[in-house]
Amino acid sequence: MRCQLPKRSISDQRGEALMSKYVIIGASAAGVGAVEAIREVDSSGTIVVISEEQYPHYSHPMISDFVSGKANKEKIKFRKDDFWESIGAQILTGRTAIALNLTDKSVTLDKGDRIGFEKLLIATGGKPFVPKIEGADKAGVFTFTSISDAEKVAKKLETAKAAVVIGAGLIGISVTEALVKQGVKVTVVELQDKILSLLLDPKGSDIVESVVKRSGVTVITSQSVQRIVGRPEDDKTVGGVMLTKGDQIPCDLVIFAIGVTPRTEIVSRTNVKTNRGIIVDNFMQTNVSDVYAGGDVAETYDFILNQNRQLPLWPLAVSEGRTAGFNMAGKKTSYMGGTSMSALKYFDIPVISCGITNPKESGTFEILTLEDPARSIYKKLVLKDNIIVGMILLNDIERAGILFQLMKKRENVKKIKHELLQEDFGLATLPLSMRKKVYSGE
Amino acid sequence: MGCGLCEVYCTVQHSKTKDVVKTYNKEKPRPISRVRLEVNRPVSFAAQCRHCEDASCVAACLSGAMTKDEKTGMIMHDPEKCIGCWTCVMVCPYGAIKMDINKKIVAKCDLCSELEVPACVANCPNGALVIKEVKR
Repeated sequence: MRCQLPKRSISDQRGEALMSKYVIIGASAAGVGAVEAIREVDSSGTIVVISEEQYPHYSHPMISDFVSGKANKEKIKFRKDDFWESIGAQILTGRTAIALNLTDKSVTLDKGDRIGFEKLLIATGGKPFVPKIEGADKAGVFTFTSISDAEKVAKKLETAKAAVVIGAGLIGISVTEALVKQGVKVTVVELQDKILSLLLDPKGSDIVESVVKRSGVTVITSQSVQRIVGRPEDDKTVGGVMLTKGDQIPCDLVIFAIGVTPRTEIVSRTNVKTNRGIIVDNFMQTNVSDVYAGGDVAETYDFILNQNRQLPLWPLAVSEGRTAGFNMAGKKTSYMGGTSMSALKYFDIPVISCGITNPKESGTFEILTLEDPARSIYKKLVLKDNIIVGMILLNDIERAGILFQLMKKRENVKKIKHELLQEDFGLATLPLSMRKKVYSGE
Repeated sequence: MGCGLCEVYCTVQHSKTKDVVKTYNKEKPRPISRVRLEVNRPVSFAAQCRHCEDASCVAACLSGAMTKDEKTGMIMHDPEKCIGCWTCVMVCPYGAIKMDINKKIVAKCDLCSELEVPACVANCPNGALVIKEVKR
């Protein structure tokens, strides 16, 4: 162990706050990223990590692999078993931080005990949004963001035959695939007129939808669930859903996959500024010095939209946590920024979506597309002033990283724009001067 | 000169038999080359994982399959942990991560950890490939 841990137990309840140089609330992507970055700079400062979950450092995006049977509980850990010990951080599992006291720089835990900090990271993540729908409290209604959700769903699948997934975004499609793999008949209900509407344009969405349907999934768009109905013999258990247009779909379970809202409760009675999420600067610091935030709870920089916003994505949460960690440990590091960026593997159709993929305003954007329907290939680039600001790649995604790099570096691609979507596009397509510029500092 | 032998030797080195004929004729599915010949005449070069200092793929990896070896600085990929989510493919600035569609995971240059000199370097007929550490 490389560091000194606080001498007394954290659960000490004598009222006096224990001290840790670094306190991190949340042990998922941003929390882990922060701990790793802190240790790259500071090998001995004490770190305490507070995790509400009993089973920390698992990959949230992999809970669908857990349900599908592709990954067991061991495999979904994204760091080694002894991660916390070997890096020298004390993890408190199954504990909730209930209050933040900025005057004495301490965090109060659920049993009334307190931990003082020099630097704090709030990485509490997001909570699944559940609309107020009649019947949403019935047994068999689930959300799908944590391992405990996934375990409940897996348990239900021992008997369930039909499911309704509400929301056809990233989480909705991931859980739909998992359910299909488990032999469940799935109906997806999406309020928008297209699935994956935040990631794709209508054409891309149609291609993915046809692939999803081929697996036997029923896709219903432009509708939502009006209420969840019980079983004739047991009204407290899910028996089906009634759609807004009145159709009724019988099912054994319902999964809400509508989105997540930042869990900002911890700062609600403090001066820490929030919008939808906690507002941070380029160094992941909130308006209160020594208090940082990162991951799904924070609003972070989108380099395409040039504004801070909620971007609840795993890779960004890790990067944000790392940036916060470096700064907390005294290594001034600015956040490189992210954007809406997702890779999907579901239903065996590789999909990549980054930035602005379906611009509404006409005139200001240039659209380049390439289609090969026989191979379900569809590629689209959105350019503004010859700079790539968005892309969709379906089924031919291997060179996506190069395009993303051009996007990130805001490189003018005028000279090569008609080669960007070709099958033989690659590093060699970039003129030497561009390669040098785009990869300097990498 | 774009002969593509780097791809051939990489494929063979990552095969079961390490024999070129058996690898290409018998092994199904054939292992994939982790190096890619990039051609845009008259330019051609081999591109593979650059083992970046602050690697985007490691930060982005959903499963923890992509890690940085603290001692060597090498970016390692564990095929057992990989779930083929393609997130690393999206963020690798060099487009250097290959998709192994058959296994539904990715594959990348491991600098031929079993060999003293990587196979592509050792077998490049005109010495165009070298291995050296570059500090940026």
